[in-house]
Amino acid sequence: MIRVLFFARLREQLDCSRLELSAAEPTLTVQGLRRQLMGRGDAWRVALANENLICAVNQQVVVADQDIADGDEVAFYPPVTGG
Amino acid sequence: MTGQVNVSVQTGDFDPAGLQRALLEAGPGAGAVASFTGLVRGREGDGRLEWMELEHYPGMTEASLEQIATEALERWSLGAVSVVHRVGRLLPGDHIVWVGTCSRHRQDAFAACEFIMDYLKTRAPLWKKENWGDGQRWVEARGSDELRADRWRTSQKGSRD
Repeated sequence: MIRVLFFARLREQLDCSRLELSAAEPTLTVQGLRRQLMGRGDAWRVALANENLICAVNQQVVVADQDIADGDEVAFYPPVTGG
Repeated sequence: MTGQVNVSVQTGDFDPAGLQRALLEAGPGAGAVASFTGLVRGREGDGRLEWMELEHYPGMTEASLEQIATEALERWSLGAVSVVHRVGRLLPGDHIVWVGTCSRHRQDAFAACEFIMDYLKTRAPLWKKENWGDGQRWVEARGSDELRADRWRTSQKGSRD
């Protein structure tokens, strides 16, 4: 099982804050997961096409070719605006 | 690296004077303390802010602030570092963030405090949504914040004398 989280504007665009997916592919990357999620519908295709989105795996920011393993927590979020 | 790190992400308000006392207790022997307090701006031109909401990523936000504070301890000679960030709904004039650093000499405290704010603004998973009366909107990330953070990649570490 892979837990996927979405935050802020992206969460609103998708109307979804979290998903749980079964790890069907043994060699899934962040980019692969993103493509898979974009197939869920128009809102997903549009929102996840944003190149500025940041991805974290197990709460560490990663690049697109990062592998995802079963049990991982993956988060997608827009550029941050705290402070 | 010997300094103490304190990080808190909280909905409740904080007292800057109390945080500074705690910081100096955590880093005894300091000759300098620098702090930054961020507040909710209530006006922008003719517009008046009704409220601001801060969203965070529970767990990662705390870890990210700890990582930034630890990086500051590695770069400068500091007695202690404290970072407190509020989340949830805030009103004009409310405290948002407090960063405190203490050191033997002022250069380390000053530089580390600014470094932490610059990194916090571009790395810590926190997002602001504002309501200016004409609807709610997410605050856009600013390229100028990114540039400020980038300066620390090339600049020299703080003076230790």
